[in-house]
Amino acid sequence: MMNQGKREKGKGKRVEPTRDPRPTTHDPIHEQRATSNEQRATPSLGRRRFMLGAAGLTFGVALGVPDAMRQAVAQAAGAKGVVVSPWVTLYADGTVAIMSPAAEMGQGSLTSLPIILADEMDADWSKVRIVPAPPRGKLYGNPAFGGEQYTAGSATVRGYFNSLRQFGAQVRYVLVENAANRWGVPVAELETQPGVVIHQKTGRQLTYGEIAAFARIPAQAPEIEVDPVSKAQFRLVGRDVPRVDVAGKVNGTAQYSIDVQVPGMIYGTILREPVEGAAPERIDDGAARAIEGVIRVVPLQFGVGVLADTPWAAFKAKNALKVAWSRKARGWGFSSEKGYEQFAAVGRDLGRKGVAWETKGDAAAALAKAATVVEGEYRADYAYHAQMEPLNSVAAVSPAGDSVEIWVGTQSQTITVTAVAKALGITEDKVKFNGLLLGGGFGRRGNRDVEFIVDSVLMSKAAGRPVKVMWTREDDVHNGRFRPLYVNRIRAGLDASGRVVAWHHRVVSDEVLAFMDPVRYKTAKGRDNVAMRGTEMPTYAIADQLSEGLQQATGMRTNPLRAIGVGQNSFANEVFIDELAAKQGVDPVEFRLRMLANTPLGQRARHVIEEAARMAEWKRKRPERGLGIAYLDYSGTQLAGVAEISVSRSTGAIKVHHFWCVIDCGVAVQPDNVIAQTESSIVYGLGLALTERITIADGSVQQSNFFDYQVPRMADLPEVHIKLIPTRNHPTGAGQMATPLVPSAISNAVFQLTGARLRQQPMLPDRVKLALEQGGQRFA
Amino acid sequence: MSQMITTTLTVNGKSHTVSALPDTPLLWVLREQLKLTGTKYGCGVGQCGACTVHIDGKPNYACLNPIKDMGGRRVTTIEGLAPNSSHPLQKAWLAEQVPQCGYCQSGQIMRAAALLRENRSPSRQEIVDYMQSNICRCGTYYRIVRAIERAAKEAA
Repeated sequence: MMNQGKREKGKGKRVEPTRDPRPTTHDPIHEQRATSNEQRATPSLGRRRFMLGAAGLTFGVALGVPDAMRQAVAQAAGAKGVVVSPWVTLYADGTVAIMSPAAEMGQGSLTSLPIILADEMDADWSKVRIVPAPPRGKLYGNPAFGGEQYTAGSATVRGYFNSLRQFGAQVRYVLVENAANRWGVPVAELETQPGVVIHQKTGRQLTYGEIAAFARIPAQAPEIEVDPVSKAQFRLVGRDVPRVDVAGKVNGTAQYSIDVQVPGMIYGTILREPVEGAAPERIDDGAARAIEGVIRVVPLQFGVGVLADTPWAAFKAKNALKVAWSRKARGWGFSSEKGYEQFAAVGRDLGRKGVAWETKGDAAAALAKAATVVEGEYRADYAYHAQMEPLNSVAAVSPAGDSVEIWVGTQSQTITVTAVAKALGITEDKVKFNGLLLGGGFGRRGNRDVEFIVDSVLMSKAAGRPVKVMWTREDDVHNGRFRPLYVNRIRAGLDASGRVVAWHHRVVSDEVLAFMDPVRYKTAKGRDNVAMRGTEMPTYAIADQLSEGLQQATGMRTNPLRAIGVGQNSFANEVFIDELAAKQGVDPVEFRLRMLANTPLGQRARHVIEEAARMAEWKRKRPERGLGIAYLDYSGTQLAGVAEISVSRSTGAIKVHHFWCVIDCGVAVQPDNVIAQTESSIVYGLGLALTERITIADGSVQQSNFFDYQVPRMADLPEVHIKLIPTRNHPTGAGQMATPLVPSAISNAVFQLTGARLRQQPMLPDRVKLALEQGGQRFA
Repeated sequence: MSQMITTTLTVNGKSHTVSALPDTPLLWVLREQLKLTGTKYGCGVGQCGACTVHIDGKPNYACLNPIKDMGGRRVTTIEGLAPNSSHPLQKAWLAEQVPQCGYCQSGQIMRAAALLRENRSPSRQEIVDYMQSNICRCGTYYRIVRAIERAAKEAA
């Protein structure tokens, strides 16, 4: 049970902020929050009454609780309680167990989803106990992902928000109706305060726990309409309710899969093929087997495994293996240089049509009519997730091989169960799933084959006992599944006045969706959303737009990586727009504002851009410093960022001094956590922008560890100034949204300072020096 | 003949006798033999700081110290930093809601605890310099700095 701070007595409609105000860098948010709080203080008696059967957001899916489900839920909830719905179990002492369906990898959804449900249910948050939902896609799947329990895309709050509000309202209705029946009064005369049903006329009260003792749960869920988000009076949503996973993360008790130990467990390592699809042809394991503690060497289709009594023996033995690999795999011979060469050629060859991703109007015709056509090319290297917990898993396959228990940190519970069942040739009900915290995800742990989990399953099957398979950091890099290599080619058509009237964006990259999720790829008809997202520009008023995907089957291992295609595609868009502005001698902020559509979303876009410019004092010149702006619509979340940088003439190193960011993600369920995620997104974007690069030679990864894949450290950081503008719109996500702003804003800032354009991520010192030689006329 | 050695060391005030291959890093003994899993494996080469512990009172990488050198040494892990998570840094970490994925945070806190023992009121620059050894991929650095400043202030 959680103690989440004091509440007001009496009217009790508000939850007091439980934390001190943020330090000065975040002051603007508090101005904003103060405004919101005043609005919320307005009493709303109707708020906690029901609207039944009206049109609108009625709850469409019947969610009665069959006995089998009731048992399963009760089991997951861990004690005897009254299962009111698959989401909520009530206990006589007032405890409310709420299922949380998403993976917790630091983004906070373990807490934020139950907040949404608890708010509408009018639960007393101090009595809420959060239970990770078991893998059952039909019940707990994210509507945004076709019902998979898949935590990605900053789509968790966005995808679950409406359903959870309705599920909460249903539970509240069931409780109120039970109270009404007991008292013999109409439901309409009752209202609730957190955890209590009240009959004002007679002054009677029943707590939710008291109702649980006699409640009759209808087989069919009631149809409930919740207030639209523009009018909803939230008690918990929009407050900084502390995250429930944080306490265990300051004293070492938080459990990740790498921490799991089960009786009889041994350790496994796997030397994986350097190129996807290669197989071991000759294995010299003499030295490996000589290491004390090594139990067995296990040849696998894709590599060579070692089983040992200790992790250290397993690691040493893996390093001592000598393996010759088959040369049949597609990726052999490929390199980053070759990739750039091939991809650039494909991008230039307009005769090669891609798969249309975004089509608005007729871009080809508009380009043909345009007064001027301008072209630009942008590139990005492969990038690595570098989640702090190297991939690992624990599996205990039964001696007969007909069932398995797994302990994992995964971004998809349901995909994991399916993949594990498939690997063993058993049915999914024979897979017992234990979900642990993730030591970072960033897109690395949601691929359809969850190879890092199947690893331990195969090794446990070979061992006939439980096995923990751990990847070393070097394995994690070498076996990495990266953000792909990109060459983006954009052609913009301008009319005689210089207005942008046509946009044609060709994205050439390795395939991502086809590799990471063949199931989704099949239904996507060749549209690779992971590679292509971010080419679309819904708020810029360009009537004729085409973005097309030209994904190449290179044999490289790829995956979504924080901000997926948006990270590179919006970099291409936003740097190109900056180039167009510069060609016309128009201020880059002004140029963007002129491009915005006069729509509600366009107005929100204008707000974030103007606010970011205001905060950064955009017009104020700084000696030896450059300012650059970037704007982004990411799934409807509106963001603008401004970077203030300097550049070393001698080394080409870029230093980012300040980063201003304004974000409007609609309703912010946990405002301070939105700030935290935005800080995180900015730091992540900084690494991708400046230092992070994977290179491929002969199909193989050339980096190994943090000494040659350099992620941001404390001294690398700019001062950040983040302003959250919560608006009464459907929440559209916050977990990764700011990442793509950073490289764009930095590149544009370097141009402002030096006149040199940086068109490739990462902006390594050598690349900067080259660009300065070629175009740094303002930086002599 | 067995390659294993037996070593006695003190961890969080308790004496432990362990057997392991002599080059086994302290990290794996702590985690898998003594079940003190708060100390994390991140890189194995002293690059990320996730395994930071105190050895004889000084911050050190558990991944770089072989067990053969640990005889008679005094090791403190996150589990032994303070009873009931009562260290000022742990409280400050909660107040600032520092952790995201949380995986690196034991190492960050152990590193910060060593800093505050050496320097009770570090400047922001001193904090940044000292904490440079520890990576947080979630980018919680801003809150780490604030939490250290808060703890230093509250202890003063």
